[in-house]
Amino acid sequence: MFKIIHAEFLAPGIKRFVIEAPRIARKQQPGQFVILRIYEEGERIPVTIENSDPEHGTINIVVQAAGKTTHLLNSLETGDQILDVVGPLGKPSEIKNYGTVVVVGGGVGTAMAYPTAAALKRTGNRVISIVGARNKELVILEAEMRAVSDALMITTDDGSYADKGFVTDKLRQLIENGTRIDLVVAVGPIVMMKAIAEMTRKENIRTVVSLNPIMIDGTGMCGGCRVLIDGKSEFACVDGPEFDAHRVDFAVLVQRNSMYRDAEQRSLAQFQRVTSAEASTKELEHACAATRSARQGDQR
Amino acid sequence: MSPAVKKSSNPLPMKERIKVPRQLMPEQPAEERAHNFSEVNLGYSPELAQQEAVRCLECAKPTCTDNCPVGVKVKEFVELIVVGDFLGAAAKIREDNVLPAVTGRVCPQEDHCEGKCLLSKKVKPLGIGYLERFVADYEKRMGTHVVPNVPATGKKVAVVGSGPSGLTVAGDLVQKGHKVRVFEALHELGGVLVYGIPEFRLPKQIIREQLDYMREMGVEFETDVVVGRTVTIDELMGEEGFDAVYIGTGAGLPQFMNIPGEHFNGVYSANEFLTRINLMKAYKFPTYDEPMLDLQGKDVAVIGGGNTALDAIRSALRLGARKAYVIYRRSDAEMPARAEEVHHARQEGIDFQMLTAPVEFISDGKGWLTAARCVRMELGEPDASGRRRPVPIQGSEFDLPLSVAIIAIGTSANPIVQSTTPGLGTNKRGYIQASEETQRTTRKGIFAGGDIVTGSATVILAMGAGRRAAKSIHEYLTTGEW
Repeated sequence: MFKIIHAEFLAPGIKRFVIEAPRIARKQQPGQFVILRIYEEGERIPVTIENSDPEHGTINIVVQAAGKTTHLLNSLETGDQILDVVGPLGKPSEIKNYGTVVVVGGGVGTAMAYPTAAALKRTGNRVISIVGARNKELVILEAEMRAVSDALMITTDDGSYADKGFVTDKLRQLIENGTRIDLVVAVGPIVMMKAIAEMTRKENIRTVVSLNPIMIDGTGMCGGCRVLIDGKSEFACVDGPEFDAHRVDFAVLVQRNSMYRDAEQRSLAQFQRVTSAEASTKELEHACAATRSARQGDQR
Repeated sequence: MSPAVKKSSNPLPMKERIKVPRQLMPEQPAEERAHNFSEVNLGYSPELAQQEAVRCLECAKPTCTDNCPVGVKVKEFVELIVVGDFLGAAAKIREDNVLPAVTGRVCPQEDHCEGKCLLSKKVKPLGIGYLERFVADYEKRMGTHVVPNVPATGKKVAVVGSGPSGLTVAGDLVQKGHKVRVFEALHELGGVLVYGIPEFRLPKQIIREQLDYMREMGVEFETDVVVGRTVTIDELMGEEGFDAVYIGTGAGLPQFMNIPGEHFNGVYSANEFLTRINLMKAYKFPTYDEPMLDLQGKDVAVIGGGNTALDAIRSALRLGARKAYVIYRRSDAEMPARAEEVHHARQEGIDFQMLTAPVEFISDGKGWLTAARCVRMELGEPDASGRRRPVPIQGSEFDLPLSVAIIAIGTSANPIVQSTTPGLGTNKRGYIQASEETQRTTRKGIFAGGDIVTGSATVILAMGAGRRAAKSIHEYLTTGEW
């Protein structure tokens, strides 16, 4: 059992948990994730590690409510327990001095991008960060990202905060202004990562994306998380989750993440019927309202 | 412990023994079991067990034992069955095998003990597997296994992986007085016995009982630890103070065929398919949260001819598949699966498409599998494995309509431990190098065995490696010599 030391909403439907997990806290590196299972009948889902504190033996995870498990997770509070947390999984981000790095975080993907941005900054890179969200309320980790960036740009789809538009608009501006970019790191919805990959391919800018396919064990055993890289199957859990964006087949990723959409929606609907019948916590309802698309692939 | 049997207690003269037919294993009727996950074999009664046991010829040089990877003293335990000392028989097996209820069920006996049984030269071999299973189950029903009491040596051993190999090492070493801690990556203990082998062949309750017994003996278990990621081998041997480490991480990454369309929705690796069912109970969705594709009324095929392939397709049948095919590129004679499983699968109505291989998967244009394009094969000259090489027959292509295809063609080495343990030697296929005799790796104090050394094999071969490793770990811990 893994105890929740602290739980707080960062935005509607997006919650940060500080979890007691001393072994994971000691080993976590930027780019890695955990897999958790909340209770005995629960599924295993991959979740972002936003930060860790080896001294206190805790890790921070950030979760956006999308399907049943993430809604259930977001209803947990300080003092509650999670049955299984395993990690840190995946290869760490390749951290070195590249020169100038643009770190793009889309939605909850910002939580995954943050530790990588921080590590790149510590290694002496000039870090330009672009954070995008649908609206003002959903912009997360602004202060944290600002603290590790030489420049921070924020966009909202509806213009309710900072600049109206998409993260790709900002990246295009940087490119058009002739900014020298040695690496782009992009974490967010698949459509965003795909758009960035297409943009940087033309400019020949090395680009890394963090993929989040459906996963079970996270150790390479099941092969469920296979992604098509240059036409060949690779496993996101052991070969990734970060891949060269220009080699990724995003269409296959979208297709494979849709494999259980019917079951996921059924499961979520049933869960929401039960919880709304109980008229449970305000946060939970808030969380449900905030997410329209219940999609496993949008978790990071 | 029973007193050693000096003279044969078998009432039957030698000549009569060969006339007794091999006692059939009672089983669930095929038409019933094709729709449930209850165990296929029901087990011998004490009477059946004794009738079978008297068939043993009590060879002076028992080839059965020589051909057992863990060296079970077959002749001795069978004789104890003849005299009705079933608990004594169980204890006799346990001297060499910590998981008799498991091996009695899943061992390919035809390749080991029974394959070399003298009876098989004339009639059917002695039902050694059935007898082993009987005494293990009898002991469990009596609930009286003995927990050995041994003085502590003060040495600590870490075992990586709680599959058959790791459990064997843990069981053997704890009985020598060493402190043993087993680390498991998944949330449940048992490795392939739990995520891989289905309930109808190996009920999970049996694993739980074996684990309880090991806990009683003092073995400690820690789940949710991916060694190499959560903690490294060097950290285990450094700050965590383990004197030796055994790596038994098992079957690695599932292999794919690298044919077009393998990424379509509906194409699974056998590991994923079986893990969803056995470990995650996806077939109980939505009571359990992990989903899987609905197989009710669907056409399903497995590609491959091993035990994993049969486990997968027989599970699909039980989940309502309309057609359930095995697609195998060689012929019956080359199929690596256990003979009894092939026999059971045929009885259940599995359609074997032999000498056939898929060359491409076909979709509905939206990424969902609709068929496998297959080609028929014929057997040519023997290949490196000694088996006749399958050669495609020109113009024999045909499309087999399918909603789900399960790929069960083997695994390749999982890199996590190797890539995080400096100095640990691997072979060119990425498996860990270990001495066949001592299971020692290239690094002092680190031992390895099972599938992570040999590539995909069987439960009993992994247990055999565990047995040898336990012996040499004990030697190393006692003498300090490497």
